Amino acid sequence: MDDFEPTIIAFVCNWCTYTAADLAGTSRLSYPKNIRLIRVMCTGMVDPQYIIKAFLEGADAVLVSGCHPGDCHYINGNYKARRRVKLLKEILPKFGIDDKRLRLTWIGASDGIMFSEIMRDLVRQIKKIGPNEAKLQMVI
Amino acid sequence: MSATYILSVEKRDLQSALRNFFSSILKLDDIASILVPMHLAANNSVKPVLVSDPGRLESADPLAPAFPINSAKIVSSLTRKPVGRKIAAVLRPCEIRAFVELIKLKQASADEIIIISVDCLGAYSNIDYKRFVSDKKENSTAVFVEMMLSGEKGADEETRLSAACRACEHSIPEKADIRIGIIGVNINEQLLIQALTPAGEEICKSLGLPSGQEPQGRQETVNPIVARRKAFRDEMFDKTDNATDSIGKLTEYFADCVNCYNCRVACPVCYCRECVFTTDVFNHEPCQYMQWAERKGAVKMPTDTLFYHLTRLAHMSTACVGCGQCSNACPNEIPVMELFRTVAYKTQKAFEYEAGRSSDEPPPLSVFREKEFGEVVGIAE
Repeated sequence: MDDFEPTIIAFVCNWCTYTAADLAGTSRLSYPKNIRLIRVMCTGMVDPQYIIKAFLEGADAVLVSGCHPGDCHYINGNYKARRRVKLLKEILPKFGIDDKRLRLTWIGASDGIMFSEIMRDLVRQIKKIGPNEAKLQMVI
Repeated sequence: MSATYILSVEKRDLQSALRNFFSSILKLDDIASILVPMHLAANNSVKPVLVSDPGRLESADPLAPAFPINSAKIVSSLTRKPVGRKIAAVLRPCEIRAFVELIKLKQASADEIIIISVDCLGAYSNIDYKRFVSDKKENSTAVFVEMMLSGEKGADEETRLSAACRACEHSIPEKADIRIGIIGVNINEQLLIQALTPAGEEICKSLGLPSGQEPQGRQETVNPIVARRKAFRDEMFDKTDNATDSIGKLTEYFADCVNCYNCRVACPVCYCRECVFTTDVFNHEPCQYMQWAERKGAVKMPTDTLFYHLTRLAHMSTACVGCGQCSNACPNEIPVMELFRTVAYKTQKAFEYEAGRSSDEPPPLSVFREKEFGEVVGIAE
């Protein structure tokens, strides 16, 4: 298990978390290569099916990260994302997908340091949980 | 509000009493037509029929234990635009609840419809209904009603109903304009008519029905039925939870699925005009299948089965009314309803929502509050 390198899909919003990732880069901060960033215009456009697809394809965790409450570029997309994550956290654990594999965070555009810290912490946690069962099976 | 009236039953003929009642409603000036389950000549099928000639109601039969389609979608297609005339519709409680969901999704309107609903005795699955009518032949519905309303024998027959009906705690319609009570009522002599809305009351008044009282003991007759249903439902939840508590087991649960999407077509609250699973998004490139096969060593065809069911759960489980049409429509007898109700119970609870309960409660995923669900945010261990 020690050499388990999780794959983590992160849906990050263009205006806050992606910008924070950019800032982390220009500040020469590093974060684990386990994170695969997918830039979306807003967390409010992350349909539950993107997250389900990621898990069924074998992602060990999915992170949705956007602007802090009140800061959404589109006013309220992050609140909608929060409800959807809540919904999926009710559904997915029923099928053995650990609740901790789906995470939602708010990382603002200026939080470059916080971005790299959260990514490192997340990878550490997922390494502890172990690989997603779906990865090993013939599920599509 | 609720005003209570009495409809007398002549010669112990419940079905004629109901037909006459529908016919008198249809004869009212402002009711243009009535949608009611009716026996079709062919094959003993029962289907909703839109009737405008009172003389054509002779085979209307809302109590037939057949439930081939959830009429909420039909009522939606009848009401999605104003036509300037009212229709009446005889619906089962789960059809009304699905209709309420469609109103909230702006795919139906309650403005020009009078909903009539009879206490629901449940229905058989499509296949079992066919068997039932071919055994009973003439007046199978009367036999069914008598059986279901006769205490112990009814409880016994209940075990042969579809699983959705056995797990349903909504025998008594709540959101109708006019409710016709038969449970805990002496149906050989009279039926209980309750106007639950001002529109319903107006109709009852213009029909000149004598007012009456809810028979004593009606609630006591309903309670054990609901208790039995809830016990069955909870057992079903446990069983389904155990059968699907890992992705591997869920794969097994849907092993017989052939991606026909019948469950989605039959679902009254699957609201997308175009389902993403039938768009080009899922018309994968041939090389995509090869890639999947190569990456995992083997890939089941057709692909995307679990993806489809999980997405549907995420999209519509908060609106699921548990009518069971998904199971009814499945060609391979997968217990679809069991899983969807089990998950729906949990997701609706999470948002303190109940599908079909009220047209004032917005669907959970259409709204948000600034401060809520703080527990899903952050990466604290």
